[in-house]
Amino acid sequence: MIDLAVKLVLALFVFFGVLNLAALHTWLERKQSALMQDRIGANRASILGWRLMGLFHPLADSIKMFTKEDIVPAGADRILHTLAPVFSVFFALVTFAAIPFGDRFLLGGRVIELQVAKINVALLYIFAMLSLGVYGVILAGFASRNNYALLGGLRATAQMISYEIALGIAIVGVIMIYGTMDLQELVRAQGRTLAGWIPLWGIVVQPVAFVVFLTAALAETKRIPFDLPEGESEIIGYFVEYSGMKFGMFFLADFLETILVACLATTLFFGGWQVPYLTSSGFQFPWGATLPLSQPVYVLLGVASFSIKVVIFCLLFMQLRWTLPRFRYDQLMRLGWLGLFPIAVVNVLVTASVLALLKVREVGWLAWVG
Amino acid sequence: MAVKVLRRRELTVWEKLYIPQIVSGLKVTTAHLLRNLYLHSAHRLGLLQNRRAAVTFQYPEEPRPLAARFRSRHRLTVRDDGTPRCVGCMLCETVCPAHCITIVAGEHPDPNVEKYPVRFDIDLGVCVYCGYCVEVCPEDAIRMDTGILDVAAYSRDAMKLDIHELMNPSLRKPLLECTLKFPHKCRLAGGEASR
Repeated sequence: MIDLAVKLVLALFVFFGVLNLAALHTWLERKQSALMQDRIGANRASILGWRLMGLFHPLADSIKMFTKEDIVPAGADRILHTLAPVFSVFFALVTFAAIPFGDRFLLGGRVIELQVAKINVALLYIFAMLSLGVYGVILAGFASRNNYALLGGLRATAQMISYEIALGIAIVGVIMIYGTMDLQELVRAQGRTLAGWIPLWGIVVQPVAFVVFLTAALAETKRIPFDLPEGESEIIGYFVEYSGMKFGMFFLADFLETILVACLATTLFFGGWQVPYLTSSGFQFPWGATLPLSQPVYVLLGVASFSIKVVIFCLLFMQLRWTLPRFRYDQLMRLGWLGLFPIAVVNVLVTASVLALLKVREVGWLAWVG
Repeated sequence: MAVKVLRRRELTVWEKLYIPQIVSGLKVTTAHLLRNLYLHSAHRLGLLQNRRAAVTFQYPEEPRPLAARFRSRHRLTVRDDGTPRCVGCMLCETVCPAHCITIVAGEHPDPNVEKYPVRFDIDLGVCVYCGYCVEVCPEDAIRMDTGILDVAAYSRDAMKLDIHELMNPSLRKPLLECTLKFPHKCRLAGGEASR
């Protein structure tokens, strides 16, 4: 019973954290693009004269979305049309359950892992949910009874299937090195140091995989430069026939996926909740100094470290989104199949050969590192 | 006819790698972001006010600076005694291509002046802001230098300005009292209405 309550609290924590971050994304998107383009950005929404740099705009937006008329086109499939945005948001949200955002800690004699669902094949689960997210998109295109929407849905499906392969193969290298699919264990394994001072994060041992992963993951989020499924103004995307909060849900799913990709990149390549040189008993710097910390401080530092890394990735994605132009469709496919896919495969082969040469079977690679 | 063949430059290997180009693009946008972030924060603290962070003019609060020759809403210039400089010669009404000026001239007590406007109306809903009335005026009696741009109203009638508003650009409709001391025709002075 208490276990259930603990899980519920964790789930609510992640749920509200993620949704609020997604709402903040709408603010961030406006403000960051404005700063990049020498503008000011949305700053008019106010409560009692307080504007707070436009922070009320997400609130105003959601009120607008909820009160707008919801239009289902004549001849469209009513049920599927309603179900599609729900699918998109649902699969984007449940994926966060497997992301560890802090180390385990002891509370009243029980061990609490700061992860909503402790799944020992968490990576597979995440990829399964990501793939199911395509259903929302293609159903939206299919159920709208609109040729533009259908074509948008098809583009989305082709793009996501192509890039999921590169995405999956890119992280095989990471899995091979750390030898686990459990994300919590994977993060824990990144707590070691190489040669005594380099944190053994994924980026250190798998830099190529990181670049491939980041590119493919950006394509999964369907945002510029990979926004062919949407292409609001020119090529028209799968959600043309959506209005009100149904459209808002697709938008929300987009932001959720961006955050999810930021979480994944942090977890797989940037040590998740690890802080360099921080162990469960406190800081142990490579030059010999130590700084003992109590357990709550250690756990909080981990959560803060994870959040900061995720936010930095979100900012980076936003920066990329407002810097790059969109790919053409053939360029997109060429990059996916002739660029990322072979690189990812070669990366896996090279990683495997190196691991074999180092005789991991006998000594264990992580033991060899120290 | 000579044909000019445009050849597209082949991309170098460095450019084809794509990632260096992304980085150089990011460098430009990030430089802008950081510069503006720095300037906006400095402005919050009241520093570096002389350097603009954004090109945006926050319009109603911060009007855009106007060029000296910009033609904005009209006004009638005034003599020292508070009467209009206009001598009712009708040149502006005659030259106006949009026929938006209506003048009714009256006899001025000073024999050297001869006439003055008892009525001077401009229909801004018709005016094309060409500035001919200003050019043609021999007395420098009408100018377009009030800097008023936000001329808007809910009805065509409200777009019509009479002599009160033209002589005092700060007046806004609805006008409730007439402060002009010289005899003229307006609704408020008991004369004929301004239309």
